[in-house]
Amino acid sequence: MSFRQPSVLPGFGLTFGFTTFFLSAIVLLPLAALALAAASLHWSDFVHVVLSPRALGSYRLSFGASFLAAAINLVFGLIIAWTLVRYEFPGRGLIDALIDMPFALPTAVSGIALTTVFAHNGWIGRYLEPWGVKVAYTWVGVTLALTLISMPFAVRAVQPALLEVQRDLEEAAETLGAGRIYVFRRIILPAVLPALLTGFTLAFARALGEYGSVIFIAGNLPMKTEITPLLIVIHLEEFDYHGAAALGVVMLGFSFVVLLAINLLQAWGRRRHVRAAH
Amino acid sequence: MAAALPSALAGDATRPGQHTWLHSLVRWLFIAVSLTFLAAVLLAPLATVFVMALERGLQAYLHSFADPDTTAAVRLTLTTALVVVPINTLFGLAAAWAIAKFEFRGKSILITLIDLPLAISPVISGMIFVLLFGLHGWFGVWLREHDLSIIFALPGIMLATMFVTFPYVARELIPLMQQLGNDEEEAAITLGAGGWMTFFHVTLPKIRWGLLYGVVLCNARAMGEFGAVSVVSGHIRGLTNTMPLHIEILYNEYNFVGAFAVASLLTLLAALTLVVKTLVERTGYRRR
Repeated sequence: MSFRQPSVLPGFGLTFGFTTFFLSAIVLLPLAALALAAASLHWSDFVHVVLSPRALGSYRLSFGASFLAAAINLVFGLIIAWTLVRYEFPGRGLIDALIDMPFALPTAVSGIALTTVFAHNGWIGRYLEPWGVKVAYTWVGVTLALTLISMPFAVRAVQPALLEVQRDLEEAAETLGAGRIYVFRRIILPAVLPALLTGFTLAFARALGEYGSVIFIAGNLPMKTEITPLLIVIHLEEFDYHGAAALGVVMLGFSFVVLLAINLLQAWGRRRHVRAAH
Repeated sequence: MAAALPSALAGDATRPGQHTWLHSLVRWLFIAVSLTFLAAVLLAPLATVFVMALERGLQAYLHSFADPDTTAAVRLTLTTALVVVPINTLFGLAAAWAIAKFEFRGKSILITLIDLPLAISPVISGMIFVLLFGLHGWFGVWLREHDLSIIFALPGIMLATMFVTFPYVARELIPLMQQLGNDEEEAAITLGAGGWMTFFHVTLPKIRWGLLYGVVLCNARAMGEFGAVSVVSGHIRGLTNTMPLHIEILYNEYNFVGAFAVASLLTLLAALTLVVKTLVERTGYRRR
């Protein structure tokens, strides 16, 4: 087989050449620099940086808060997607459009706005304070910021899957005497499960790398409220390029694992979809 | 993002044999939970931006834009977007033409590589350029000898922004052009039209709405990028401070009216982006 199948259309050489050249110059070569910088570090130094107590503390917060945020979005993403797909109510179109807001809104804006709302004298923070719930400058705030910025990924993953659930199947089950809970468990949930898990993973991946919105609400205390991306920035500000590169490679490794998981989940969802159609 | 909802599917019209009171209870419960969640994490922060910006009145709000550092930040953000967005648009068009119009080996790898910047933490996106061009980076010594600066200067900000917003136009156009197919282009070429003529008269009119949304989204991300730019900028007031970075400085100085005034501009830009998205979806163009 040749590299490319013949076509009457022109412009392959020009567009393919420009695409690969630009991709290499802007994305691939700089990423190679990161790998090289980390590789030039001696193995024991690498381990010393990436397994230092401060780094381990940052992983715990970054992974824990991202996981929690993705789990929150798994539940509320399904509820919101369900509400938007199944129910008609005033303002539905507006809410549907607003779901994408965290995607278009700069993270610095989300960060200062959330901090203001959930500070001890903020609109919502002041009602939580008497209950002993501190949000701003704690891990709760980190989780909240990550929940906000990853929310669209969860909702938008589930929405199309919910649209495609076969309503006649549900109605047939109900006519045969199945309760709503049973229908949800046996018909709806299996149909949207791959999309739910994809949404969870996408949200998790997005949250893991987030920086802008978190640093305002986190308090940024080492070992307590310091996320891994912030630790990388601190290394860079101290001109410790190797330490920053080592942590960057660790994060990049985790991103690739998550990306692989997303691809596998989507392939699984497609296979199930094809089987259901037959 | 997902398609708009066909309203025929959305109605939970009366279905025979149902406990209607239970159904409407569940229905209102779902709507209430959804709205409460969105009000707390999304609507309250959005409203706060404008309330805080206007806290000391309209005069103080407008006055905060008179600060020369703020105008410099706005100018820098506009300049960056003006350079980055057209380049990434050109790239997106080229990538979409190569990928959607032709069958070649390794296509899925190419698509994955184009999407790569989306999976990378913004901090890492900025760091890779520091590793290349920073004082202790690969080309640091060479750049200093030739009196050139990329990091802590405008070129670094543009490179980091270009990296972060790299996939947006391509991602919007590739699925759209794949879905539209090649028939009309092939007909035009067979009838003797040139490549550019085919592109401008056949392809461009078909993809213009998708292209518009891709460009607007790319622009919103370019103007709003914080993490990557923060790493390469050096935060020099009036010189290498973009709008999002200026928000951070003003906020940390407890100048809340100033910080939220700049934030309100970016919030309006985000709202405008969503308006364009909604309008584009109304034209019947759907993206899955």
